[in-house]
Amino acid sequence: MEKIGKELKVSAIKNGTVLDHIPANQLFKVINILNLDNCPHQITFGTNLDSKLLGKKAIIKIADRYFEDDEINRIALVAPQAKINIIRDFEVVEKKVISIPEQIVGIVKCVNPKCITNHQPVQTRFTTRYEHGHLKLDCHFCEKTTDSDNLTILSKN
Amino acid sequence: MPKCLISIHDFTKEEILHVLDIAREFEKNKSQTLLRDKVIACIFFEPSTRTRLSFETASNRLGARVIGFSDAGNTSISKGETLKDTIKMVSNYVDLIVMRHPLEGSARYASEVASVPVINAGDGANQHPSQTLLDLYTIRQTQGRLENININMVGDLKYGRTVHSLLQALSHFSPTFTFTAPDELKMPQEYKDFLSRKQIPFTETSELEGNISGNDILYMTRVQQERFTDPMEYEKVKNVYSLTASMLKNAKPTMKILHPLPRINEISQDVDDTPYAYYFKQAENGVYVRMAIIAYLLGYK
Repeated sequence: MEKIGKELKVSAIKNGTVLDHIPANQLFKVINILNLDNCPHQITFGTNLDSKLLGKKAIIKIADRYFEDDEINRIALVAPQAKINIIRDFEVVEKKVISIPEQIVGIVKCVNPKCITNHQPVQTRFTTRYEHGHLKLDCHFCEKTTDSDNLTILSKN
Repeated sequence: MPKCLISIHDFTKEEILHVLDIAREFEKNKSQTLLRDKVIACIFFEPSTRTRLSFETASNRLGARVIGFSDAGNTSISKGETLKDTIKMVSNYVDLIVMRHPLEGSARYASEVASVPVINAGDGANQHPSQTLLDLYTIRQTQGRLENININMVGDLKYGRTVHSLLQALSHFSPTFTFTAPDELKMPQEYKDFLSRKQIPFTETSELEGNISGNDILYMTRVQQERFTDPMEYEKVKNVYSLTASMLKNAKPTMKILHPLPRINEISQDVDDTPYAYYFKQAENGVYVRMAIIAYLLGYK
């Protein structure tokens, strides 16, 4: 139980999923990646909240919605330190840590302007790897590497 | 998914050697009409002389019939047809597709859409694996081996896809590299990292003449105007290396000069008459190697 003695900036949900420790400037990317703008459930979020870890953080609470692991892992690209809390009857019943998936399909735009995925209706596909602590995405098609520092998130149509 | 050749990584070392062995058989016996009842599509969305003609020659020498186009301008692509639709349609007509396309990754995508084998005949600046295999074939033919080759790559090492693929393929055979390029066109860091990981020695220089004596292979490349977005950049570097016969006086007697062609000014005409010139034979070898690739992918060899 986390609610006692702590004022909640974003009101509690009875059942659902709480995404905490999202960097404040990545909030809308997370919303985009999880396709929350098309989600019919009640969603509350707060941003620019003080955080010891991140400086400014954002939090999203989605009522009555639970995510598959590979669905939630997609946000690892923009919010690697996010914490996922599963709520049932106002209690945190499970905490999940996200991890970078081996393959990333869609979501990210290939950095190579001459890549087929930037010209034809072809879904992007990358293999992830770490090099000197930096996340690199190798394009399945053009074989060029997209750096996690300058990645562009594709918007959903 | 049928076996395809999209990137030189698609073939193991054993497969590379197997294809080179078949190519040698085809060179000895040029007409083996194994594919009499087959149709092969050569679809070229971007101009090419050697690659297209040698694939078509290879198909014809194998007895197959060839359909295709050499210019996307007079096809439905100019009406906005997607690559997917073109490939779906063509793969219903033929037994194998040879494709060149200006977009990078187009060949990989085509191979996933097609129901028949696809050979990448060049996807933008990315891969051109049949060129790599014919380069390996020619190196083995001139030196009698692939192991421990001292190779000097000269010219555009930044954008030149042939040198990148050849570097990766040769990494199976303990080579020693010299990279000769102006600062603007140096070998990209990712390839140097790749060699370092495999503990393959290389040196970088911008000077050509003094570094020829140790070479088994002098691999010249053209500075490709079509890869430059800035025409000023191109003007600065286009004539930076020009190999002449007089620069070859300290070359090993067995040294051979290769070039993927077309050449412009980087090899002077007087080199053609020296015993080192091998680029026209290299282009001829392209036919045998492409026969081997086609026969192998269709399961005949």
